Amino acid sequence: MTICIPLGVPVPHFGNLGAKSFTNNLSGHFCTQHYESPCLSFNRHEVMKWNGWGYSDSRFLFNKKGQAEFTGKRYKLSGMILPALKDWFEGTFGASLQHKSPATPLLNTSAVQAPTLNQDFVEELKSIGVPFSHEAEDRAFRGHGHCLHEIFALREGKIGRVPDMVVWPNCHNDVEKIVALACKHNVCLIPYGGGTSVSSALECPPEETRSIVSLDTSQMNRILWIDEKNLTAHVEAGIIGQDLERLLNESGYCTGHEPDSMEFSSLGGWVSTRASGMKKNIYGNIEDLVVHIKMVTPQGVIEKSCQGPRMSTGPDIHHFILGSEGTLGVVTEVTMKIRPVPEYQKYGSVVFPNFEQGVACLREVAKQRCAPASIRLMDNEQFMFGHALKPQVSSIFTSFLDGLKKFYITKFKGFDPSRLCVATLLFEGNREKVLQHEKQVYDIAAKFGGLAAGEDNGQRGYMLTFVIAYLRDLGMDYYVIAESFETSVPWDRVLDVCRNVKARVVRECKDKGVQFSPLSSCRVTQTYDAGACVYFYFAFNYRGLSDPVHVYEQVEHAAREEILANGGSLSHHHGVGKLRKEWMRETVSEVGVGMLQSVKDYVDPKNIFGNRNLL
Amino acid sequence: MASEAVCSHRDPMLKKRDDFEDILEERRNSSDLRYALKCYTPVLYKQLTPCTASDLKNMVLCSTQVHFVIAQVSKETGAAPEEVQAEASSILEEMAHRLQLGPIRFFAFVLCKVFKTLFRSVCVNEEGIQRLQQSIHEHPVVLLPSHRSYMDFLLMSYILYTYDLALPVIAAGMDFMGMKILGEMLRMSGAFFIRRSFGGDKLYWAVFSEYVRTMLKTGFAPVEFFLEGTRSRTSKSLTPKLGLLNIVMEPFLKGEVFDVALVPVSISYERILEESLYARELLGVPKPKESTSGLFKARKVLSENYGSIHVYFGQPVSVRSLAEGRVQRGQFNLIPRHIPRRPSEDVQGFVNDSAYQLLRAQEENMVLKPWVLLSSLLLQNHHQNQNQNQRRGGGMMMEELSEGAVWLRELCRQYGAFLHWPDHVPPAEVVSSSLDLHRGLVTISDGRVHLNLGHGAQKGAGLTAEEELLSQAVIILSCASYRNQALHVFVRPALLATALQAAGSAHKQDVFNTFNFLRNMFANEFILCPGAAVQDFEEACFLLMKTGVVLMEQEEVLVTENGHRTITFLTSILDPFLQGYQVVCRFLCEASTESLTEAQFVPAVRTFIVRLLLSGRLRYSEVLSSDLQKNALAALQRLGAVHKLKREAEPATLKVNTVMVNSLEDTLGGKLPTVKPVASRL
Repeated sequence: MTICIPLGVPVPHFGNLGAKSFTNNLSGHFCTQHYESPCLSFNRHEVMKWNGWGYSDSRFLFNKKGQAEFTGKRYKLSGMILPALKDWFEGTFGASLQHKSPATPLLNTSAVQAPTLNQDFVEELKSIGVPFSHEAEDRAFRGHGHCLHEIFALREGKIGRVPDMVVWPNCHNDVEKIVALACKHNVCLIPYGGGTSVSSALECPPEETRSIVSLDTSQMNRILWIDEKNLTAHVEAGIIGQDLERLLNESGYCTGHEPDSMEFSSLGGWVSTRASGMKKNIYGNIEDLVVHIKMVTPQGVIEKSCQGPRMSTGPDIHHFILGSEGTLGVVTEVTMKIRPVPEYQKYGSVVFPNFEQGVACLREVAKQRCAPASIRLMDNEQFMFGHALKPQVSSIFTSFLDGLKKFYITKFKGFDPSRLCVATLLFEGNREKVLQHEKQVYDIAAKFGGLAAGEDNGQRGYMLTFVIAYLRDLGMDYYVIAESFETSVPWDRVLDVCRNVKARVVRECKDKGVQFSPLSSCRVTQTYDAGACVYFYFAFNYRGLSDPVHVYEQVEHAAREEILANGGSLSHHHGVGKLRKEWMRETVSEVGVGMLQSVKDYVDPKNIFGNRNLL
Repeated sequence: MASEAVCSHRDPMLKKRDDFEDILEERRNSSDLRYALKCYTPVLYKQLTPCTASDLKNMVLCSTQVHFVIAQVSKETGAAPEEVQAEASSILEEMAHRLQLGPIRFFAFVLCKVFKTLFRSVCVNEEGIQRLQQSIHEHPVVLLPSHRSYMDFLLMSYILYTYDLALPVIAAGMDFMGMKILGEMLRMSGAFFIRRSFGGDKLYWAVFSEYVRTMLKTGFAPVEFFLEGTRSRTSKSLTPKLGLLNIVMEPFLKGEVFDVALVPVSISYERILEESLYARELLGVPKPKESTSGLFKARKVLSENYGSIHVYFGQPVSVRSLAEGRVQRGQFNLIPRHIPRRPSEDVQGFVNDSAYQLLRAQEENMVLKPWVLLSSLLLQNHHQNQNQNQRRGGGMMMEELSEGAVWLRELCRQYGAFLHWPDHVPPAEVVSSSLDLHRGLVTISDGRVHLNLGHGAQKGAGLTAEEELLSQAVIILSCASYRNQALHVFVRPALLATALQAAGSAHKQDVFNTFNFLRNMFANEFILCPGAAVQDFEEACFLLMKTGVVLMEQEEVLVTENGHRTITFLTSILDPFLQGYQVVCRFLCEASTESLTEAQFVPAVRTFIVRLLLSGRLRYSEVLSSDLQKNALAALQRLGAVHKLKREAEPATLKVNTVMVNSLEDTLGGKLPTVKPVASRL
């Protein structure tokens, strides 16, 4: 099969959008030219793994000497040796470098089902000139997110139901045309942004009999205008996080929205899952950042008539869109708040004698409303893990210094190495204020027994958030499977949720016959006035299990039950997708589900956006 | 599954139990002083944050729970918060323990001496100890021993000390505080004191419950209390008190700990120290107030042999697995957890069911000594031949008793009793050595064994008939208390046997209806898990079938030719209770004309029963037991046949529904067919 329109760097697309720009010009706002992000072509899988996380050139591996290294050139850690990782890995999981479980190296295109095409739809699509493909690779690449069970199946070369074709609209108008055609020919549309979903949201419902079309927004990746008077930018929703930031940076701005997946996730994806960024303390979460959203639905386009910062016009229609997870339509354009790039950034870290003290400190910081751009608290297990990821020390002096630090903390200060935990901090703003802010936070930390532990530890902590997803692939090469999940929880229950969920994971693994003790760890990643966001990681060595994915699913299910029983939420920012659908009713009540359902019934009566997420 | 963990298995014969180890043996061979001063390094809770007894008090007084209630009380009463705070502080002062190792060592030393004089052996299942140790490391632990004697909690601490386990903190009744020095000693060995009743005192409840929860949550020490609330004077398990169980389960239900381990402990005494004391108390002689000097007077008990004690540490029961699928823990999500709330209905039901399951687990691991079987046989024999034998001194031939005991031993084993019968010794020897230990209750003369009822001239002289009756009743009730130790083994089959006789039809549904009626009637008397009528019925059928007593034919339950002996034995077990309840019913009908206050009930019904006994219209003097009378009244109240009328400033009076009580009496007596209760389909 061939792609109908030649590939290439998308050309700036003015089309009828020009009118809008023109209006803006008239009203005297400075309007820049369109910004493009050159990075994603139609064929993402040429630079990205088809069965793992991230770029193809970046991966962890154990070299011939048995030392771990991270390949590629993209990250700070790239090309470095991580001498401690092997021991940690073998010690924590009971894994061994001798026992490998390698992935199928290449996608076997014959394993991909032949596409079910709606010929009339295809014909009309050709006539409107939107590029599309039914290549097996393109379809398989867009048939999954990054849940463990999805990646595990891919590694084994198993491909389930995937979209029957992929379309690449170039602008809002294209989307309107595609949606109209889909309605006309009763085709199922699944919007696809960055593909980083961890809620089974991109999985094609196996019961879907219609032709499924993946609507890839990657070509809609331009910044249409920047409005410096109001500090807003109007952006196409397909833009990927890192491109958005880079392009804005060129003009001296940023959105400050930095979810851990920002290298790959898209603006439209953020909007439709209610994403949260690391620096939300300064910039806010996605719902605080959007000023205007445009979405194409089977009933037409939904948008507000103005860019007023707040409105009292009944329930905010943005909130039907935010978190709709692709069930109502395609988000095509978003006006976002922007900020000048901060003058000064400073990392930091604090060591606490135990997790309880750490949480108490974060609570106090939240109470005084002086949280830095980011403040995260890792538990002891993650602290150990972080240590295992320290790159080879280049000089004797540094290693001597490290030894001295360790001595000071454990011996002189009496911290128990098996209990202490670390908070990582990121401050932003003008230099003077940052330093002042830093002092305030360290003073609070000191009241809870916290010791400042340097910038390096902090910076490494944040760097790790980008490489940790690559580590899962390394684990999977050696019989270790891992997953993370998150929740939000009121302050008074943070410790209880952390303790109980971690213990539940351990207990469930044991009960389900996992032969080795699992890694069960958590961190507090966001603070709010009334609570916090908690992230859990769990991983185990699955040697000896006949159906590891099923075991893993049972454990994850039990962990979620435990979260809910302890007063945690169903999700803080990952969304519901299909993975957590079963708990929606208990989460938002019968009436709540009915409300959402009636919106769906009105907006999309034929279930064109049939990914069956959420409800 | 949770219920399997505590409830009986389908076939009780398959029950596996641990072996015992005598801990006194080593004490008899090595220095007690060295033992008392030994290095004591128990395994602690893995998440323990070490704190002292006074840190605990501070934690309680600073807790949001207590603060909330202080503010509430101060608002309601108008008292200054500081005053209320001070009151809270003094409540805690009165309550708190001061656990220290010194006094424990002292007790360890003294108890060594005492135990060695009193008891032949103190046997403990060491596997249970190992399980307990594991649990203490993993989770907060609650120890739930059975309560038959004052000895119980000293014994528990003694054993835990011996095995190097964390010493428990023990909820004790305030009455111990009367014993000045001893009270303080007990405090220092981990006892904390709670008022017996504090009805609506919010502040007291808040301080008390927070104190217990804090000790549990922090893993300070295992928390020990008695599910039965008080010592059972009858050796039957008492229906559980739920207050403390509610408190210790709450931290789990509210997510404050991952799990709580409940460890039922069964303490069986071959001979109970308080034996005749209890009997007197049940007959209406009030229990002596606990005092240190009183304890010294009790020294004469030191000169006697009290046989052996068996302490069985049961399988720890995880509250988490008990609650699985039963309690929606999410119900605590919407209200701050420090605000006191009445437990929801499902939590109440859950705690109640759990309490019964735990009590059954306790019962199942109670060790039965041969004497338990002998006293059952002797009592039945006494009642059957009462009229003929009265003047001849009665009793049983030694051989007859041995034969009966061997027969009963087999039955017991079939029913899954935890019987300690030395199989390598000839039965006759077992019988005579058992009798020897209970010389106060039985005598052997001319090869006949009879109860020490004091017939004849030596004691009878100068006593009124009523006095003689009461002194006989002391012996009967003492014997009955030993028989009662086996009741949990027989109660279900006995209910079935009685139902088979009373149903007037062999049809399974009719038998079940009668069974269910009786079961319901006796729900205050025996430990019968609420809502488990069908399981109990099936268990009873299974046991009687297995032992060849009944046959199931189509929809009929038929007694076999060989089954009559068992049926007779089983019905005789239940008969005193059946008659007792009828007598209480009759009394209430006759007394219904006058206004009877609750306090008058026991003395009045006792007088009534004495009259019946003296006139020979009632055989069972054990009906004089106030325990039975109170249970019967409670059952009637539960069934709605008697109501308590509460009026301002006046004692509560009992309002009797004569028609209903009458019909219950007739149904118990088999004169009326069982009314089909609604929810009792098989």
